[in-house]
Amino acid sequence: MNVGRVIGSVWATRKDPGLEGQRMLVVQPMSFAGKELGSKIIALDTVDSGVGDTVMYVTSTEATIPFKPVQTPTDATIVGVLDRVDHASGSW
Amino acid sequence: MILGKVIGTVWATRKDEQLRGLTLQLVQEIDADGSLKSKVIVAVDSVGAGVGETVLFVQGSSARQTALTKDKPIDAVITAIVDKMDVK
Repeated sequence: MNVGRVIGSVWATRKDPGLEGQRMLVVQPMSFAGKELGSKIIALDTVDSGVGDTVMYVTSTEATIPFKPVQTPTDATIVGVLDRVDHASGSW
Repeated sequence: MILGKVIGTVWATRKDEQLRGLTLQLVQEIDADGSLKSKVIVAVDSVGAGVGETVLFVQGSSARQTALTKDKPIDAVITAIVDKMDVK
């Protein structure tokens, strides 16, 4: 799993039926030390996270597992909101 | 999912049987502010996106999780046309 911060939302009327009713959030990936890392991605949400939340998310096919048996075309899904990270370089 | 802009269409007469009837679009990755990035890919279009539209696309085996692409030799699919994006 990866760590990121929710920084926004995306809306789409025309979309695959598998995405119907799903919230799509813009996530800035982060290192475990709390620094921004790489390009922003769009992820589905299973835990009702919102802008400003630090979250963990799964990528690849595993991102579709929370929605089974519904076929959901996603390669990133938020599966937890982090309260705190304790890292060797410090907590955040 | 990644943000992209449809920049063209690809045509192929000789192709895998399972790709028959699918629309193949050229998609260029973009940043959240709309600026173009260097990566361009060919993606199957499941939503009827046109050239110039901002879309979301899915890559890898997740791309086969639509009715249109299930079990086909496809590693990228356009899954949504973006109406609005709000980034803090």
